[in-house]
Amino acid sequence: MSFGKSLKEGLVTNNPVLVQLIGMCPTLATTTSVINGVGMGLSATAVLICSNIVISLLRKIIPNKVRIAAYITVIAGFVTMIDLLLQAFIPSLSASLGLFIPLIVVNCIILGRAEAFASKNSVGKSAVDGLVMGLGFTLALVIMSVVRELLGAGTIGGGAITVFSQPATIMILPAGGFLTLGFVIAVMQKLLKKGE
Amino acid sequence: MTSILSISLSAILINNFIMSQFLGCCPFFGVSKKIDTAVGMGMAVTFVMGLASAVTWLINTFVLVPLGLNYMQTVAFILVIATLVQFVEMFLMKSMPSLYQALGIFLPLITTNCAVLGVALQNVQNDYNFLESVVYGITGGLGFTLAIVLFASIRERLDASAECPKCFEGFPIALISASLMAMAFLGFSGMKIW
Repeated sequence: MSFGKSLKEGLVTNNPVLVQLIGMCPTLATTTSVINGVGMGLSATAVLICSNIVISLLRKIIPNKVRIAAYITVIAGFVTMIDLLLQAFIPSLSASLGLFIPLIVVNCIILGRAEAFASKNSVGKSAVDGLVMGLGFTLALVIMSVVRELLGAGTIGGGAITVFSQPATIMILPAGGFLTLGFVIAVMQKLLKKGE
Repeated sequence: MTSILSISLSAILINNFIMSQFLGCCPFFGVSKKIDTAVGMGMAVTFVMGLASAVTWLINTFVLVPLGLNYMQTVAFILVIATLVQFVEMFLMKSMPSLYQALGIFLPLITTNCAVLGVALQNVQNDYNFLESVVYGITGGLGFTLAIVLFASIRERLDASAECPKCFEGFPIALISASLMAMAFLGFSGMKIW
């Protein structure tokens, strides 16, 4: 499959969050500002690419019975690395994402791609799959966080531009997260139906 | 005693795992179509969360901290949780087949429930002692059960009688009902004891 085709699949037609409906927790929890959303998306993408490559390399060695435990160990290793890197180089992002950086371990998207793709395909293909799925996840986070930040905090671009001064704070609270995701997925379903 | 009470109240209502911390959303949406299964899932999660809090606290205090391996927390905790879930499944299958029948299908799903890893990591972050950790784990699970059972009862009604635009059918309308529920839970946020 060509790169363009798999990119379209990862971003739109088979987007992990908006179409496959997995990876809900970080999508809802970290999209209060665009900076957090992008930070979370790229961290998860990095873990996804690395874990897909390693799992694909080891796919003939890992015994079938303990494969889930093995995948989780590989993923947890990379998550720990990302966690420490963020703490060292971008401490502000690390502080605002907090608990959700270590929780990338249990992000269903990463384990799901390991099980469904990397364990059956070659290293190159798995790396591409990790990249496009990670970008699809990031895209969903960016859409969510742009809407929520604009309505809930009245700013664009992580507080860079203030659009209005009396925002609807509910949109950056949990209730607004569920609401925004509901509308985004509804729009997505509408668009996909039209495209058929 | 005061701290135990305030931890419980906070975990069940004020800082509810799903409604205000977004931990455990996957099973919350995945297993909430029927009240029966929601109750089963809630019970299984509560059980594993209590157990995982106890075991991860012991491992953290007696193994990781003395050896200076704090940075290995994520790896160690997720392995402990995965093993624990496997053991619980085997134990229930052998000794309590009726309970296994009720909880069985949910147990493997719990390994990747972020509420379980979340509670283990939060116990460390908040410097809870052993008793506080276990109480936080169990009451956090009860809060999860409360939310998922309430949500399942709303969804049963939704599927039976609600009319909504075509593109909102299924998942989007469920998310919007969850949003309304979260708004209701927001009412607890100012609550404080002592």
